[in-house]
Amino acid sequence: MMQLALEVGQTATPEAVMFWILGPLAVLAALGMLLVKKAVHSAILMAFVMVVLAVFYIAQDAVFLGIVQVVVYTGAVMMLFLFILMLVGVDSSDSLTETIRGLRPIAITAAIGFGGLMVSLLGRATLGRDAIGLSAANADGNVEGIGYLLFSRFVWPFEVISALLITAALGAMVLAHQPRSSKKTTQRQQSINRFRGESIATAAGLPAPGVYARHNAVDVPALLPDGTPAPNSVNASLKARGDMLDSNTFDLKKISTQVEEEK
Amino acid sequence: MDASNYLYISALLFTIGAVGVVVRRNAIVVFMCIELMLNAANLSFVTFSRINGNLDGQVMAFFTMVVAACEVVVGLAIIVAIYRSRRSASVDDASLLKR
Repeated sequence: MMQLALEVGQTATPEAVMFWILGPLAVLAALGMLLVKKAVHSAILMAFVMVVLAVFYIAQDAVFLGIVQVVVYTGAVMMLFLFILMLVGVDSSDSLTETIRGLRPIAITAAIGFGGLMVSLLGRATLGRDAIGLSAANADGNVEGIGYLLFSRFVWPFEVISALLITAALGAMVLAHQPRSSKKTTQRQQSINRFRGESIATAAGLPAPGVYARHNAVDVPALLPDGTPAPNSVNASLKARGDMLDSNTFDLKKISTQVEEEK
Repeated sequence: MDASNYLYISALLFTIGAVGVVVRRNAIVVFMCIELMLNAANLSFVTFSRINGNLDGQVMAFFTMVVAACEVVVGLAIIVAIYRSRRSASVDDASLLKR
């Protein structure tokens, strides 16, 4: 009987081993989150902390929450974080330099004070009785127990949560929405622009590079029917890089005169 | 091992998250630290659920998760909106009211 009373308040040995391995690791990962420079590394350490918490939940007979923790937090939320991180990119805000003078010592002092207060409070607090454990509450199964509570006593908060979710989805859409700065050109407008543009010659599109030239490479301008080279047949980025061969080298008239001179 | 050891870890994680919110400048990292604080609170809920022998704490943790998911969606949308207008995700750069 005495042994039983002891066992209720104490957790089993495998759980203690698990706790003393994973607990310090979680705290170290959380500290690393503050200390690493890159936000991506912070995100990965955060995911690790979340997985450790999921293990803790399962160890404490909260199987449903443990699975939800993995699926929702490490699965959805952290992936969303990484997605936005990739979208926004890495910028100077990743650096750890202090912008407000004296902020860091004050923050660390306050944290030590707060943490010490919490820990000492928890150390002094007595619950009045031993931990009961969830074996009775989970008799029908953890999911069944939570489901029963959700749809009986907590049905009203559950309904309110749905309103919150819809509001959050709408809010995200409104916040991320960007109105067009210029009017979208229709296909009709594009056609008019092409024919009434600077030249009717390019209405059917620009000439392809290398056509009728001596070389059919992309860096050689095409020759027009009258033998003059067309520089706009070469890709603009090739031109900007200076990779375009000189059009005059491939002028048909010059080539023919060269050939005649050779004769 | 006592079940209240989980409460100590929860307190530590919460404190670390609070320091991160104050110290870090990247808005996304600040957000992750807020998530860490919410997670620490969840761990407390689950532990108290076990100590008290009923599932109310677990239901509360479940609700906290939903609220955290909503918060992440709206918060990241705000970060994207700020990034679009200011080309920076630093919380120090968005100080329009100061100047």
